[in-house]
Amino acid sequence: MKRFELHESVIEAARARLGGAKAPLLRRVFLKLSGASGLTLGLGCSNDDSTEGEGGGEGMAGGTGDGTGSSGSNGAETQGGGPEGMGEGMGDETAGDRPSCDPYEPESTPAAQVEVTAFVRIGLDDIVTIYGIKSEMGQGVLTSLPMMIAEELEVDWANVRSQHPLASDPRYSSNGLNQNTVGSSSVSSMYTPMRQLGAAAREMLIAAAAQTWGVAANECRAELGEVIHDGSGQRARYGALAELAATMPAPQNPTLKPVSEYRIIGTPRSQLGARAKADGTAKYTIDITVPDMLVGLVARPPAIGGSVVAFDDTAARAVPGVQDVVEISSGVVVLADNFWAAAKGRAALAVQWNAGPNANLNTPDMIAMMTAMFDSGQEQLNGAPGNPDQVFTNAPADRRLEVQYQLPYLAHAPLEPLNAIAHVRNGEVEVWAGTQVPGNAITTAAQAAGVQAANVILHQPLLGGGFGRRATSDYVAAAVEASAASGRPVKLMYTREDDMQAANYRPMNCNRLRGSVTADGQLESWRHDVVVQAIFGAGFAIEGAATSFPYDIPNRSVTWADPPIDVPVFTWRSVGSSHNGFVVESFIDELADLANRDPLEFRLELLATSNDPVAARHAAALQNVADRSGWTTTPPTGRARGIASHQTFGSIVAQVAEVSVEDGTVRVHKVWVAVDCGLVVNPRGVEAQVESSIVFGLSAALYGEITFENGAPVQTNFNTYPLLRMQETPEIETALIGSGEPITGMGEPAVPPIAPAVCNAIFALTGQRIRTLPIRIG
Amino acid sequence: MPSYTLSINGADRTVDAPEDMPLLWVLRDLLQLTGTKYGCGIAQCRACTVHIDGRPSFSCITPVSVVGTAQVVTIEGLDDDLKVPLVQAWVDEDVPQCGYCQPGQIMAAAALLAQNSAPTDEDIDVAMNPNLCRCGTYVRIRRAIHRAATEGC
Repeated sequence: MKRFELHESVIEAARARLGGAKAPLLRRVFLKLSGASGLTLGLGCSNDDSTEGEGGGEGMAGGTGDGTGSSGSNGAETQGGGPEGMGEGMGDETAGDRPSCDPYEPESTPAAQVEVTAFVRIGLDDIVTIYGIKSEMGQGVLTSLPMMIAEELEVDWANVRSQHPLASDPRYSSNGLNQNTVGSSSVSSMYTPMRQLGAAAREMLIAAAAQTWGVAANECRAELGEVIHDGSGQRARYGALAELAATMPAPQNPTLKPVSEYRIIGTPRSQLGARAKADGTAKYTIDITVPDMLVGLVARPPAIGGSVVAFDDTAARAVPGVQDVVEISSGVVVLADNFWAAAKGRAALAVQWNAGPNANLNTPDMIAMMTAMFDSGQEQLNGAPGNPDQVFTNAPADRRLEVQYQLPYLAHAPLEPLNAIAHVRNGEVEVWAGTQVPGNAITTAAQAAGVQAANVILHQPLLGGGFGRRATSDYVAAAVEASAASGRPVKLMYTREDDMQAANYRPMNCNRLRGSVTADGQLESWRHDVVVQAIFGAGFAIEGAATSFPYDIPNRSVTWADPPIDVPVFTWRSVGSSHNGFVVESFIDELADLANRDPLEFRLELLATSNDPVAARHAAALQNVADRSGWTTTPPTGRARGIASHQTFGSIVAQVAEVSVEDGTVRVHKVWVAVDCGLVVNPRGVEAQVESSIVFGLSAALYGEITFENGAPVQTNFNTYPLLRMQETPEIETALIGSGEPITGMGEPAVPPIAPAVCNAIFALTGQRIRTLPIRIG
Repeated sequence: MPSYTLSINGADRTVDAPEDMPLLWVLRDLLQLTGTKYGCGIAQCRACTVHIDGRPSFSCITPVSVVGTAQVVTIEGLDDDLKVPLVQAWVDEDVPQCGYCQPGQIMAAAALLAQNSAPTDEDIDVAMNPNLCRCGTYVRIRRAIHRAATEGC
């Protein structure tokens, strides 16, 4: 503990920096706390010191977001001069045999700090630690949100660290704040609140200085971590002011600066915490050990919806290291001293299963059922324009097209398999879990433990990927139930196979498309019948098909039917747009070809007459990628280009993909991307999210497929559910073409356009239209 | 249960483990060296990369019983001559997103640079292709390896 003690010399130095003014007594100084305490801070990512000049030219401004799976953007950068005495960040741990992280003793706090507000702690060393209440899962939200606070706080970005707070602390989920990290919403929803929180802390620091100096607060200003009184020339560092500032009333309506004065927001910043992630010291839930903890693996029913009839655990308990076997709602848990013993114990377990209602569930049957539902959907357009059915019927055969599109179930497959730690004890439960929705994890844990939600302590380590999978809490429930049943703290782990098979999938979907064009090449009718399982009703099912559809078509209908299938489904990075974006942007291309029109020109014409307010932004994005990719020029021999544009969660992304096909293998050589996400918070973060989204979308387009046999997923691991690898990754060139529109997120919106852009290129190259994913050539 | 004395990061470590226990779980669960990650368990993602006698190896499919006297190096014990420039390059190129795979990526890159101080794109692709990154940071990893090769390793 001694490394966290305050050194008197530091305090004296701080006092000295106050110019002899009476220094406030230290109050609410955060020392590392031991013991199971609700005050334990989240194991966050912290700091770093990369370098990179402010404003150094990376594109224009960047937006950011966060998303279902990845979101926002951000990064951090430091302007030189490392902070002295910054001390104990994670990255400073030296190698070797350091014991695993003690979650009761967070490591990322650089030094004793004063909590100025719930979101801002400042150390005597001037290091500022900012709590980001959205979940960091790679999208960079623990950089983008701190950028917003730091902008108004007026600090040197080099001194900024960030981490998750204790997720169950009600201060982070009250006053209109929402911890849910979904829908690429973090940056847009937090843009105003975070700046207000930063401005409030700044005004408290100014008030502290003004009181110390006996001057009016409005005569003081803040700049780069100092309060300055120009009249007297007095200056005080935040570190020396923090203690007194914490006692100042929080202003209700702090003054926010105009965008024109931003010096952090809109500039490219590297990710805070990158060093700890690279050197292996960053902690994910899977890396945490708590005292007396067992590791649990669940034996689950072979088919979806099955249940336990009986089990014989004799052989399982005979495995050295196995300590207990308990039944929970999702199956039978083998609890052991370590993962390997639990795995061997689970393999030795004999369970008699009730196969349940889905023992004969097979993918071909599901497809047959879904494709029989095209005429049973409900209209989704309010005041659907025209009469698409009649126009279609009247069109001559060579000017109309009816086709079907089909996309599979997909697993999220975050690289850190799902896991959670729970300790149920004395009417409370303490949980460690990487979750995108802390509130849901808390209610789930409370229900599973039979306690009040107020008695749940939730720690939020870093998330080793989310992509929407960590927006549900089945793994938290399993951990809590296992702890309750065994009386021990339990780290409940999913193996990769569990992660892929006990999943909440992107739903499979079947689509029937009908369209017709006039003799002079105008798109006159469009009907899209979507059959897909619901995630929260119609909204996600039809986004990008009925909604976020920018084209002006005089006769149009979109229906949706919800097939009665028990496969669990949930949000998968870009959600409904992950399938509807593909279908719409592919079928538009088909109709352009039917009309003998250039795919770009055809789209631009449909956008030019559209009254959709974002139509012009689509057109600008399409024109941008067309210009940069040389759309009107001949591609290199053996290659072709395809184009697509889609709006997801408010952000518009257009892409051109340049593709070749050799021996049945698709190779994507380069992707040009234009992003319009309104005001950009961190351009570097946006670019990283674009790259990530394209790789994610290509993995799905080329390989991704979960099929079912006898109610069980066939694919179990990365050998049968491949992901894109380095050799297959295209060059990606991104332009941020901010339109001055309101800020929207970028964790997901670059996913939907890549599959149609690639498939449209394949058509241009080979004449083969890809209407079923994953792509199969020939 | 058998006892094994392993050379881990230059030190002898004795563990009691069943002979089929993968080195990955020996490191993570018995020695609390959690920088080495579990991703798939079947040699598909290489999040578990360690160096065994200098070679990048899948610790998830290496039974403890076959390690013998081989020198095992994990991300925690990677030589600073490689680790410092690689980590710095990872920071400078802003590589990590969720970060979970990155210690394995660094270990694979270190093994490459130890053999080839000036790798081409093709060399990097071949060496790094076994490593999965679900966040898709591949392009930046490639750049970071070039940077580390140029600036330090």
